[in-house]
Amino acid sequence: MKDRFLEAVKITGAERAIFENPEIAHLMAVSNRILSARTVDGLEFRADETEDGISAVVVLKRGVKLPHPVHICFGVLQRRGLQNIKMDVTLEPDSKASFIAHCVFPEAEKVRHIMDARITVMDGADMHYREVHFHGFKGGAYVNPRALVQIMPAGSYITEFTLTHGRVGELEIDYDVESDREAMVEMIVRVFGHGMDRIKVKERVCLKGAGARSLIKTRIALEDNAHAEVTGITEGHAPGARGHVDCMEIVKDRAEASAVPIVNVTHPEAKVTHEAAIGSVDRQQMETLMARGLTPEEAVEVIVEGILR
Amino acid sequence: MELLRLENIYFSIDSAEILRGIDLSISPSEVHALLGTNGTGKSTLAYLIMGCRNYKPTAGRIIFEGRDITDLPIHERARLGITLAWQEPARFEGITVKEYIRIAGKDSEPSEYLRMVGLHPELYLERMVDRSLSGGERKRIELASVLAMRPKLAILDEPDSGIDMLSTDDIIDVLRAFKTQGSSVLLITHREEIALCADRASQLCRGRIFITGTPEVVTEAYKSRACLVCDGITCEENLP
Repeated sequence: MKDRFLEAVKITGAERAIFENPEIAHLMAVSNRILSARTVDGLEFRADETEDGISAVVVLKRGVKLPHPVHICFGVLQRRGLQNIKMDVTLEPDSKASFIAHCVFPEAEKVRHIMDARITVMDGADMHYREVHFHGFKGGAYVNPRALVQIMPAGSYITEFTLTHGRVGELEIDYDVESDREAMVEMIVRVFGHGMDRIKVKERVCLKGAGARSLIKTRIALEDNAHAEVTGITEGHAPGARGHVDCMEIVKDRAEASAVPIVNVTHPEAKVTHEAAIGSVDRQQMETLMARGLTPEEAVEVIVEGILR
Repeated sequence: MELLRLENIYFSIDSAEILRGIDLSISPSEVHALLGTNGTGKSTLAYLIMGCRNYKPTAGRIIFEGRDITDLPIHERARLGITLAWQEPARFEGITVKEYIRIAGKDSEPSEYLRMVGLHPELYLERMVDRSLSGGERKRIELASVLAMRPKLAILDEPDSGIDMLSTDDIIDVLRAFKTQGSSVLLITHREEIALCADRASQLCRGRIFITGTPEVVTEAYKSRACLVCDGITCEENLP
């Protein structure tokens, strides 16, 4: 099963050598079975199999800065199945790590993957969490990543969610971040929906500390009959808090998209801005590329690939 | 043989006549400056030659290398060797300068073209062609991309305009690069000193070209322009 899974996660950029390298921490779990796990100095890692998934606690110790990303692979290889993940991640003060999550459901016809994460980035810590998904080509995955994130003073948290190959199925992202004084948050979502895919993205950032900063950036491309609904919420409650919500959705064929930026400011020295653009591919971009000899189809491909990068 | 010939081109939007019987020809390797004040139809003419959407002549023909291209779509005109550098070039998310230049010239060496437009490759190759670039940087990258395509005809729509405008020396360097590689250029401008860099020039006024000749003669005419108030005839009457 491990070989099959290693083959499946390749599409998300995870090479076999990563999991053989003793200097790189990883956790690999299919359905509710842990296939492999490794930790490194300064990183406490405990993972347990549960009835329908995995429960993991990750602690990066104070001041530890990991030189290599931690790779986390989750997936369901069968056509039908359920995977419930519970993750509790803490980065202690002044630590730094990046995590790459590879989530694959290559045969999904009726697969549910629920991720419940609680993330704490303590004072001055720095966390980069990149999540790359592949849901196969049948459109039968329901994926629901939920995260409650707390960023303490001067902490930094960047999260990127990417699902741009194959079908989406049904995706419901729900992230909620609270950031303290001088903390920095960046949340980026890139999804390409096809067929009857349904995409729902809800991201909320509460800037409750002075000088906290945030960016919510969403890039979605849709074709066929796909549908997307994006809600980006930023609240500024402290002096010097700065937030920006930036949503761009490109629609083709009969696809439908909506964007709801919600901005709530309760302090006169806080500032939150938003921009949302939904529509077909920009005409001048198209014509510029066509003036270099690309066909209309090639031009659209280049533009969509660009915004989903 | 002429590279490009515009025959009696008319163009209207709704009931407004923008171009009124344009005749213009450009020879191979010629730099032709098109002078005109704001609103005289210079950019409209550029879009018509390129074949942009909603820019089809209401009358007249566009002939390129002896072939009528009036009905061809943009990419087919581009494949024949025509391209356009927009006055305000589009921005692209997620596309690096290197990739952008390679779209135009698949086997090109992007560094070489960046140097031609006065940009240090090491500072720009991996940057995105997005809003992080200033207006001037974006214009230079656009020119690098057009050069990399090695077109037969490059239409440059006011490369000298905008907040971060390119200097006359910059433009001369770029024109020299086009000439060296054998490209013709239709250089749209409203600055006389830029037009003086061309081989020939024409002046457009209210949708009509009323003078074509050496850049010196045309810029003299342009200096005495009354375009803002005339109907395309007064300028003609004011010819020196």
